[in-house]
Parts: sequence; structure tokens; C-alpha cells
Amino acid sequence: MAESRMSNANQRFLLGVFEREEDILAATNEARRRGLDIADVYTPYAVHGLDAAMGLRPSRLPWVCFALGLAGASFKVWFEFWTSAADWPINVGGKPWNSLPAFVPVTFEVMVLFAALSTVAAFLVGRGLLPGRRAKLAYPGVTDNQFALVIEETNATFDFDEVSAMLETFGVTHIEERVDQESL
Amino acid sequence: MASAPAAISGPLILGDKSPGQVTDDVCSALERGPARSWWIAIAISSSMLLLGLITVAYQVLTGIGTWGLNNTVGWAFDITNFVFWIGIGHAGTLISAVLFLFRQKWRTSVNRAAEAMTIFAVICAGIFPLIHMGRPWLAHWMAPYPNTRGPLWINFRSPLVWDFFAISTYFTISLMFWYVGLIPDMATMRDRLTGGWRKKAANFLSLGWNGSFRTWFHYETVYLLLAGLATPLVVSVHTIVSWDFATSVIPGWHTTILPPYFVAGAIFSGMSMVLTLMLIARKTMGLEDYLTKRHVGAMCKLLIATGGMVAIAYATEFVAAMYSNNDYEQFAFINRAKGPLCWSYWIMVSCNVLTPQILWFKWARSNMVVVFVVSILINIGMWFERFVIIVTSLHRDYLPSNWTGYAPTSIEIATLVGSFGLFLTLFLLFCRFVPVIAIAEVKGVLSHGRKSHE
Repeated sequence: MAESRMSNANQRFLLGVFEREEDILAATNEARRRGLDIADVYTPYAVHGLDAAMGLRPSRLPWVCFALGLAGASFKVWFEFWTSAADWPINVGGKPWNSLPAFVPVTFEVMVLFAALSTVAAFLVGRGLLPGRRAKLAYPGVTDNQFALVIEETNATFDFDEVSAMLETFGVTHIEERVDQESL
Repeated sequence: MASAPAAISGPLILGDKSPGQVTDDVCSALERGPARSWWIAIAISSSMLLLGLITVAYQVLTGIGTWGLNNTVGWAFDITNFVFWIGIGHAGTLISAVLFLFRQKWRTSVNRAAEAMTIFAVICAGIFPLIHMGRPWLAHWMAPYPNTRGPLWINFRSPLVWDFFAISTYFTISLMFWYVGLIPDMATMRDRLTGGWRKKAANFLSLGWNGSFRTWFHYETVYLLLAGLATPLVVSVHTIVSWDFATSVIPGWHTTILPPYFVAGAIFSGMSMVLTLMLIARKTMGLEDYLTKRHVGAMCKLLIATGGMVAIAYATEFVAAMYSNNDYEQFAFINRAKGPLCWSYWIMVSCNVLTPQILWFKWARSNMVVVFVVSILINIGMWFERFVIIVTSLHRDYLPSNWTGYAPTSIEIATLVGSFGLFLTLFLLFCRFVPVIAIAEVKGVLSHGRKSHE
């Protein structure tokens, strides 16, 4: 993903900073239309439409949610059956050992618990968000009011001046080239 | 798309703010020293909390014979408080999850505080069944773990066990939902602060968030999934709370209307508590631009809607009882309205059914004093609703020789005061140390930087 790509040695990046949502959206759209390789965009909030502009594929997290929710529910039904009907059956008000309808509420709760915890865990681990992790900011203020577009200079045909001129038309406030990926 | 409602009702956030200003407005309130009013408020709330701690310690050491319960009325004040607090929490989830699914953008100003309220209310609620156990040090017996008592498993057919799972799941999910929403704002605080323990804490809690849109994209998916999971969860939680009553054979409890009735009542009571807290917060913290009259108006309309559902539920259960041709069922409801505890029934009806009707008028919705008074009255009315359901159904049961009264002892009242102390203390601490407005979410609904709005 983006992070692993940025740690490649000797790779050059172009960083363009914008101050308005409208500008970053337009610039990202244009960069993608020109076939430039967008490494990432850094924004203070979830800008709607930027995923389409960057051409991101839908997240696979719903599958984690579905699979683990199903696993949690199945496990809980089995557990309730095993404890109530197999391991130590106890007569409660003459109800059948395997009183499935009565197991529904707890099964539902455990399904939600499994689905939600696993989705959040998968998200945090997948995106490398861990306690104590030091944030590497692409540009000061990207968590406040700045929008930064990072384009990877994929090959020798990359024309820095041409791309800069394109970004200028969208009101870029700062452009720089970075070789040291650690700064990203 | 977004411009159509904006054209009708004006901007969501007043003052044409830029993203930078939002950060400043919300964070500077935290960076300033606490105001005098905050110190006074926390002095009062922590005194209430201390009173609660002392009385809880006393009743745990002495036993729940310190309460006004008797053979006939085995559930009263304690369970009333439990249901009341759980209900309060539900509005937070409604605002954070249900309104998110319905794309109600005004929720962004309110959701952080409402979710915090949910968490604190669930903490308060959880204390009451714990004390009610009499031996709270055996509370872990509620969990199904291999034990040396057989292993004797818990009874999964019992609504009390369902309740344990529902409340603990609800608390976990609410806390996680709230924290996930906080991560980007913690990063904003981290990058703004120059040093000190606050920066260290923000650094730890922001998990290295750097605003990468690839992360934001997955984050939005997670948020949507959590909202989708929390919505049926919140319905299930109060449904299960109502089953604590509905699965019994007590007239007045054993009705099929109880689950929807409880869910509507929970959201109604929670909304009124959100309004109470919101009106105080906007005034004392200078957040009038973020918590505008439009937000208050929207919440008032939700109060009318949920209040209407509650009113229909009251009427339905009365008619159903009369129509049932069951003497005990009919008596339970006539006893509510005309028996010795009828005052509590009429407090409930006047506060919950009559009071919110004033909000049909626009002048009332835009008068903050009126809204505040209405919200307080509904809080009181909803507490009495639970009292009515629990105590009036029990105190005159099948055998007239069992009939008795119920009055709370000072210990029970002090415990309720203590729970308010805990709730308010936690809320005041939250207001000091956590951004009360979801910074990143509010930035997403500003009109700044979008051509279609300028």
C-alpha cells in the first residue's frame, strides 16, 4: 500500500499543498486524468468524492465485518446449545433443553460484538494505527486546514514543470519535491 | 444535493468558518484554563458523587435491607434508576448512528457530546443492577466461564442474562464508536499543542494518524459499518430491558407492546437529556455558532415525534388492558390512574404527553428557556414513567392480602443523587479534556471551500 511504496529508496515525490476542498478535488481529478501516480492525499477531514478522484477500490472491511459477525453468532449458538443442552442440562420452568428462541438475544449481541470489534481491529492494524506510533505528517497543518497531494514521480518522463503548472491552475499554495521518503 | 436543504434552512454552522477556525474554536476552549462556573459545577457534582459513594458503600456493607423494598415490591427505586439511565444513553446512539445512516448532517455538531453522554449514562446504569445483586463481588458469576462450581453454566433462557450481554455489548460498542470518531481529532490536538501531558496523551491516543486519505477512506467504511451495527443494537438493548418485565407474569408488565414502547421512551428521554446538556454547553462554552437554534429546533422535532410514539404507547396499553377482558390486567391499569400512586401516573402523563406539545410552535422551539424547561420536565416525566411501570404493577398484585405501599428510603434517594453526581462529573471532565465538537466531522459540513456554496 501507500506506506510501503513510499519507503522505496531513490523514489521522488512531488508534494502540492492546497487550502480549499474544491481545489484538492479538482487537482486530484486532473492528476488522475493525466495518468499520474497519486501516492496519497492528506486531508484534515474525509473529503467526499476524493475516493472517486483517486480511483480507490471499495474497502474490503465489510467482508471482515460479515465473516466475523457470522463466526461470532455461530460460535455463540453452539456454545449456548452445548452449555444448556449438552454439558449440564438444567430444567428451567420445564422448558426444552435446547430452547433455541431463548438463545436469540444473546446470539445477536455476541454477533454485533464480534463484528464491530474485528472490523475496528482490522482497520487499525491494516492502516498501521497503533498506540504510540509516531505520525509522519506530509505537511504541517494537514490535520488542521491544509490539503496535500502527493504524486509519485514514476519514471523519467515525469515532467516536474508541467505538473507544477497544472497544479498552479488549481491554486496550489506550495510545491516541493522530496527524495527522502522518510519525511512523508 | 447538500445545497438544497442549506438553501431552505440556512447554513449548519454559523459565521462562515474555515477549517482552521473550527480547530481554533473547539481546541482553544480546552486550552484555556477552566472557568469559574466549571469549578463551581464540578464542586457540586463531585460532592453528589461522594454522597453516592458513601451510600453505596453503606448499602453494600449492610445489605439491601437499607432500601424500602418489601415482599410485594421487590423491584422499585433501583431498577427504575437502571432503566432511566439506560434510556438516557439511547439518544447518543440515535444521533451518532441512526442519524448518520439517514445522512442528517446537523448531527455532526452534537454527536461527540451525545455519545459521551451515552457512555456515562451506561456506566451509571450498570451500577444499579450491580448493587441490587446484594453481593456485587460475585458479579463475575454473570459471565459464562469454566468454573469450579460444576462447571455450572449461566441460564441463557433468562432475560437477566440477556440484559447482562446487551448492556456490556452496548457499552463496549458505544465506547469504541466514540473512540474511533475521536482519533482524527486527537491528531489535530496533537499537532496543535507544543508540549505537556496533553500532547503526550493526544500523541498516544491518535495512533499515528496523519490524515492520509487512503486511511480516511477505510475509516469512513468502518464508521458506516459501526453505525449499521449500532442501530439494531440500540433497538435490541432496550427491547431486552423491556423483556426483563415482559417475560414475567405480572399484570402491567406482561404485554407485547413493551419492547417498542421502551425503545421509543428511551430515545425520547435521551433526547431531552441531550437537549438539557446541549443548552448548558452552548451557553457556558460559547459554542452558539456550532450548536445553533437550527440544531435545537431539529432535536425539538425529534422530541415531538418520539413523544408522540410514547403517547400512543400509553393509550394503546390502556385500551389493550381494557379490551383484554382480564380482571387483573384491567385492575393494574385502573390502579395506575386512580390508585394510591396515581400522582406518579399523572406526573408521567402531563410531563411526557402534554409538555412536548408546546414544541409544535416555532416560537417555543426558538426560545431556549422554553426548550430548557421542557427538556427538564421530560427528564422528570420519563423517570416517573419507569417508576409507574415498576412500582404500580407490583404493589397491588393478585392477592389483596399482599397489597402494600412503597416509599424510598433516604439511602435510595442518595444513591440516585450519587448517580447524577457521577454522570455530571464525568461529563464536566469530558468538556475540559476532549473536543466537545467533532472537529473533523464539522469541517466536512462547512460551506467554506466549496464553489457551489460561495
